[in-house]
Amino acid sequence: MKIRKNIQLIDQHDKFGFWGGKFGGNFIPETLKKPVEDLTILFEKLRKNNKFIKERDYYFKNWVGSPTSFIKLDNLTKHLGGAQIWAKVVSEANGGAHKIYNATVHCLIAKRAGKKYIVGDTGAGYAGKMLSMAAKKFGLKCKIFMGAKDIKRQKPNCDAMRKNGAEIVPVYTGSQTLVDAVSECMRYWVSNCDTTHMCVGSTVGPNIFVKICGWSTSQISRELFIQIKKEFGKIPKKVKLLNCVGGGSSSFGFWNEFMHYNKKQVEFIGIEAGGPKKSKRHAAPLTYGSKIGILHGASQYVNQDFEGQIEETESISAGLDYPGVSPIHCFLKDTKRARYTAATDEEALSAYKLVTKYENLNPSLEPSHAFAEAIKLAPKLSKDTIMIVNSCGDAHKDRDILRQRLGKY
Amino acid sequence: MTKSAISLAFKNCKKEKRPALITFTVAGDNTKKNSLKILNSIAKYADILELSFLHNCPIADGGQIQNSTYRSLKNGTTLKDTFQIAKKFKNNNPKKPLILMGYYNLIYQNGENNFLRNCKLSKVDGLIVVDLPWPENKKFSKKCKKKSINFVQLLSPTTSNERMKKIIKDSHDMIYYISMLSTTGGKLKVPPQKILENYNKIKKINKNKNCVIGFGITNKSIKSFRNSDGVVVGSEICKEITRSLNNRQNPVTNVSKIVTKLKNKIL
Repeated sequence: MKIRKNIQLIDQHDKFGFWGGKFGGNFIPETLKKPVEDLTILFEKLRKNNKFIKERDYYFKNWVGSPTSFIKLDNLTKHLGGAQIWAKVVSEANGGAHKIYNATVHCLIAKRAGKKYIVGDTGAGYAGKMLSMAAKKFGLKCKIFMGAKDIKRQKPNCDAMRKNGAEIVPVYTGSQTLVDAVSECMRYWVSNCDTTHMCVGSTVGPNIFVKICGWSTSQISRELFIQIKKEFGKIPKKVKLLNCVGGGSSSFGFWNEFMHYNKKQVEFIGIEAGGPKKSKRHAAPLTYGSKIGILHGASQYVNQDFEGQIEETESISAGLDYPGVSPIHCFLKDTKRARYTAATDEEALSAYKLVTKYENLNPSLEPSHAFAEAIKLAPKLSKDTIMIVNSCGDAHKDRDILRQRLGKY
Repeated sequence: MTKSAISLAFKNCKKEKRPALITFTVAGDNTKKNSLKILNSIAKYADILELSFLHNCPIADGGQIQNSTYRSLKNGTTLKDTFQIAKKFKNNNPKKPLILMGYYNLIYQNGENNFLRNCKLSKVDGLIVVDLPWPENKKFSKKCKKKSINFVQLLSPTTSNERMKKIIKDSHDMIYYISMLSTTGGKLKVPPQKILENYNKIKKINKNKNCVIGFGITNKSIKSFRNSDGVVVGSEICKEITRSLNNRQNPVTNVSKIVTKLKNKIL
């Protein structure tokens, strides 16, 4: 299994949609074959269409707010005494997280497809909030599927969705979290694919959804590439790009532009959700060696029992609380281009505490997992190592959890 | 080559000038014992029986079948139990075709070859895999054929004519036409006339293939499909189990009653 050069990673799949011959594909009911094929043809056409690219860039710049800033965390660096710690503050994007890129692109596609309705899934509520924002902006009617447990723990984002005129459909099946929301959203699409466009909230799902999402979030690394060159005059010798991984949309977007650099020069480190320290449950299939299975239309490493039932996950962070992971990350793991590790709930919370103590930055619980790893690694590394964390979400949505666990927000 | 039990079932129905009645139940619903009892009791009226093996992320099932699935999972039903139920049923009803239906991950984890071996040991006649569409299923369906297990191809209202031809060419003794854009058990949102139009399109491509119609078929609508090769009823049965449990009634007798009713409508 190898990554090929001179070709985008999202395009390195075979004719059945598998990366590395075994990750991804299209495990979908017959009814969805045609809509998925139509979407594939449309997307391949649009990504080559200059007018469409111009339109995307226009909205990214003027509505999403590109580029998001790239800053050095001086105080944290000094405190830890080792590698330089930098942050790409993607949470500055309109709405407060990277999910806006995928949502914007899906709405632009839905418009071109002549669809009037758009549906999406959400865990932390960011994908839902952004989709509701974009749907409002582009005049589409929007429904968001969300686990009942997540609706309770991510209230601020739910309020935002409703304010944007979206309908939130609570999902009561299974663990009542993201995994069930995605299933329910797909079921809805099966029944309404003639009038409705589906936006999968991360780089998961049938092949084309992985591609569209990865293509959209890659905006993050396109900006970062320019910003690093401007800051350092070139790509420095030792760069580490740290990003949390749930479904894997922000990390893929954060890394894509650097894919063909040697990993000794630009290392990718993905941090999964290790769950509570005392619990056996986690949301870290790559770190803890989960087996390959099929979830939501794609084969991937996924938490499951011996029989193939998907296991319940546990994490303080709703956005990472997913038993599977993008097929593209499975590919990056097996080709050894990226390495993956996990941070526990407790580690993420202390990282949040430390970052907010030293810096004027308010990362949500998801990127706090990445900061936890940065805090662990930095003291062991030389001062010329440039460690960049994607601060991909804002903690506003986590205020209830933070208040409860840390006594303050 | 000898005819499969599935082919024979259709042949018999044609002799009687009626469609085949195909029932769908969830393995282990509401208990392993009752699940087998239900199969045994409805075998008198049903021509072919579908039994689902459980998956906890069923992306194409509606509320009723999800309820049944979660109920059975909660009772601890495993894939092994499903094969046991199938085996016991086939021992009692050796000539009655039994089709297992489910999602590919269970087959994948069990190993394709191992899964088919288990099917053979339980004398399962056919397989429906909801999330393994054509052409992805080409290899596996060939494996099934080698083992004389019918792989049932699915067609839907979104399937193009060109695609239909190719799928039908690769199909075995039975094709399943999904009546409408829906998960299982949705309300019949298209007029039966429209469904039959599509059904006739399929029959025109190959009139010798047995094609059954499923999704949204209830006691009310079943009559409209009297001239088809077969009709599948699933959610209506799952719903009856749920209703019986809520009313503290015996699901076995109640299900048997509604299947009798369904059968009478197409005689």
